Order: sequence, then structure tokens, then C-alpha cells
Amino acid sequence: MFLTPEEMDLLSGSQGRATQKAMQILVALGEIYGAKRMIPVTSAQIAGVSYDNLGEAGLQFLAELAEGGGRVRVPTTLNPAGMDIENWRALGIPPDFAEGQERVLNAYSRMGVTLTCTCTPYLTGNLPKYGEHLAWSESSAVCYANSVIGARTNREGGPSALAASLTGRTPEYGIHLPENRIPNLTFQVEARLVDSSDFGALGKVIGEQIAATKSIPFIQGVESATLEELKSFCASLATYGGSALFHMQGITPDASTCIPPGEQLTINQSDLEKAYTSLTDAAGDEVDFISLGCPHLSLGEIERISHLLEGKHVKREFWVTTARATKLLADRLGYTQIIEAAGAKFAADTCCVVAPIKGRFTAMATDSAKACYYAAAKNKFKTIFLPVEKVVQQALI
Amino acid sequence: MKIQGRSIYHGNVRGEALVTSQAISFFGGIDPETGIVVERGHNLEGQSIAGKVLIFPTGKGSTVGSYTLYRLRHNGYAPLAILNAECETITAVGCIIAEIPCVDKLPIDEIHTGDRISVDGEWIVIEKSTTSQVNGEPR
Repeated sequence: MFLTPEEMDLLSGSQGRATQKAMQILVALGEIYGAKRMIPVTSAQIAGVSYDNLGEAGLQFLAELAEGGGRVRVPTTLNPAGMDIENWRALGIPPDFAEGQERVLNAYSRMGVTLTCTCTPYLTGNLPKYGEHLAWSESSAVCYANSVIGARTNREGGPSALAASLTGRTPEYGIHLPENRIPNLTFQVEARLVDSSDFGALGKVIGEQIAATKSIPFIQGVESATLEELKSFCASLATYGGSALFHMQGITPDASTCIPPGEQLTINQSDLEKAYTSLTDAAGDEVDFISLGCPHLSLGEIERISHLLEGKHVKREFWVTTARATKLLADRLGYTQIIEAAGAKFAADTCCVVAPIKGRFTAMATDSAKACYYAAAKNKFKTIFLPVEKVVQQALI
Repeated sequence: MKIQGRSIYHGNVRGEALVTSQAISFFGGIDPETGIVVERGHNLEGQSIAGKVLIFPTGKGSTVGSYTLYRLRHNGYAPLAILNAECETITAVGCIIAEIPCVDKLPIDEIHTGDRISVDGEWIVIEKSTTSQVNGEPR
């Protein structure tokens, strides 16, 4: 692939070992995927934060990059950590885990990464605009940035997103190129979509249809969708379909310029109901863990939960997961107080997917289809998947 | 036999081949603390990849797998080199950060477990073993 003199310079190591390693990663990816050149990115979002996934060795890799002079060249935000950075003790996180997690965060901080610790960077200060090129990992945010915002990013892994951040570049391949963003399968939605969990169920149904072929869906028949509903849909579509991009007629910015693909599948109410059933294998009385906030909750969602919990008392471990910045606003607006008075716990900076909770619970109730996948695969929990109002009811009985 | 592939991460090593016809997921599929393949039903299940020239068609699974290769290297259980038919992102990034020589675009069906392999940049030399195996089983 073509490299500019400046890029050759980074690759030669004259700017330090860390940027050299970063360029090696990007050039190798560019060669594998046939990129002709590097393009500048305007921001990066880094996954690979939880000490649970990185281990001591992953931590050492990050520390070496920091010591080798690695510094971000574009605004760079971070995925959720394995714990609430301020309130980990109350959430039952072991002190040795907390110590490891703090060292991971320290390494990122030394490189100049902003410790947002959220999967929803677009809600907390890293909001791309239409057409910008990004290097984001965190599959739900990748899908949101590409589809809802119309920015352009491949599904990066943690190291490749970090490499892009340390050099300000990414190889131009995949869905950075307009010709690879064209939909090739139409989905006609004939189901009623009421709660954001319905959008999660829809994401699972469509995701499973495209997982093998990696088709780009063109979705018709959805009348309206809020930010929160799209957030839920993106998380689910990316989890079950490995999808980075969809177009939704009347809703996403590129949909009006797409020609609806001829091949068409219909999604009806019973498909949605099957998705709910398939993610529910626990009985109500088995539930010992409630988790809301996958992806991280918006302020509006927290307000709704505060109304549902006002004056009530939860009888099971109940986590409300969100970004630190969003929690600070919830504190100021009094929502936090209402939720905590009901016995639920805020878990900012983290979530049920990346916290080290394997073995702690038997069955989890949630309104997130993505959370159900990881609860079952990673933590071996049984799950119950319901709209948020019914999840809260589960906590009260 | 001498074959030219595409170098993903440059290196010069010589060792014994461990071959599988199945894709490998490093995250969840290989124990980073021992180098043993733990994916249930994988045809290398129970075998160690440590110090071998590990040969498989392509990678699969979570992108956290790149960090698993790094952990293997750090713990002393990394493969000596990796040869693929088609290298994908997870393996490529893992080999670069762990500094494991990696070559792809190779006719991996020509190589069998037990063969002696020399890796030199994009060039591979295969010396046939008389007791070579496929997927860890005698031929």
C-alpha cells in the first residue's frame, strides 16, 4: 500500500517504539484487506479495558506502549471498565481486581486517552458528525456511528483502534469506502415496536439472518425510533449479526439515497415473540440479579427508571449501569437519590458484560438482548428478557 | 519443499508443525496460562501450541483474541510461528503485538503435523517427517 513520507517515518521507528508498533499493525491490516492508502481519523473509541479480559499480560502491553512514548493524536475515548471506578467496593469487586483495573486505566491515561469508560461515547462528548472517518471498537457504538450518524468506521478491535489513535490514521478499506456501504437485503418490518427491548428483539431477528452472509440490511416499515431505541437495536444487531451498518427508511441519513434491494424478508410479530422466548430460560423466582443499561443508559432512561422505582423497594441485586458523566447529571436532578433509596445500585463506568461477576448470580433479568447473550456465554447465567417496566416488576416481587 | 507466502510479521525460526484444518479462536479457545487448546470438540483439543509452528486455515471469534496471543507470549506458551491460508485481523494483530512470525497465503494442506518447518520472512521450507500426522492424528 502507498505510505506518505510521514507514515514511512512513523513505521521506521523515528517517533518511538509505540507509534512504530501502531503503524506495523495498521500497515498489516491495510495489506490484508487491500487498502491503497491510509486516511486520517477524527476520533477513536478503544475496547479492551476490563482487567477481566486483558489479564496481566494485556496490561503489560498497554504499559509498554505508554512507556514507549505512545500518545493519542486524535480525541480518544474508552470502553467500560470492569468496575465502577469510585464505588467498586459496594458492588462486591475484589480489591486485587480493582488494583489491576486501576493500572489498566493508568496506562490508558498516560497515553492521553479520556477515561470516559462508556460504550455510548456519542452520549458523553465523543459525537462524530456525518461523513467523518473514525476508528472505533465497541461493536454497538460502531453500528450506531455508521448507521444512525452516517460516520464511517470499520469494526475495530481494541489494539487496532488504539493503533489508529496513536497515529491518527487508519487503512482505507471496508466500510470507509462508499461502494461497501450499499444495502443488499431488504427487511420489511410488520411487527409492532413499542419498548426499546422490542428494538433489541428486532436486532436479534435481523442479526441472525445476516450473521453468515454479512449482508447490509435495508429496513422498511419502522415508523419512528428514538435514540434509545436505536441504541438498543444497534447493540443487538452487532451482537447477533456482527453487523457494522444498516439503513432504516425514514430514519437513518443514508437510507433516502439507497435503492431498496430486491431480495426481501418479512419480520412479523411472531418473529419478535420468538426472540423474547429464546432469550428467556429462567423462571421468575430464580432471578437474583437485575441489570439495566446495556448499552449504557441515557439520562432519559434513568429518569424513567426513577419513576418506576419511586417509593418502592427492590428485593434482588439491581444494577443501573451508565457513563460517569450521565450519572453526575442524574445526581444533580435527584434521580440517583430516588433509585438508591429503592435499594438499587448505580454501577457507573462498567456494566454486566465486562464486570467480573461469573459465579455470583444464577439468573439475570434485563431489557437488553445483548446483555442476555454475554450473560449466558461469558457468565453462564440464565436470563429473562423483558421490557424495562416488567424487568423492574421482577425486582419488586 | 520451498514455498513463498505473504509475511504478516517478519521472523526467522525453525520448528515442528502442529496442523489443524479447523479455524482457531484464541479468546476462549486456547488457555492463555498453559497454551493448551480448550475449545470443546476442536480437533486439537487438549494439545499444546507452545513452541510449535502452528498451522490453521484462519482465525475466528472475539477480537480480544489478539490479547490472548500476547498473553501466551508473555507466559512462555506462544507458538513459535503461525502459518495460515488466509490471515484475519485477530491473528494478524495478535502476532504483531506478540512478535510471533506469521505468514499467510500458503497451501496449508501440503503441511502435516510433525513436519520440520523453517520460516524466513515470506519464505517457508518444509522438510517432510516420516511420521507426520493430520489434525494431530496419524495419517
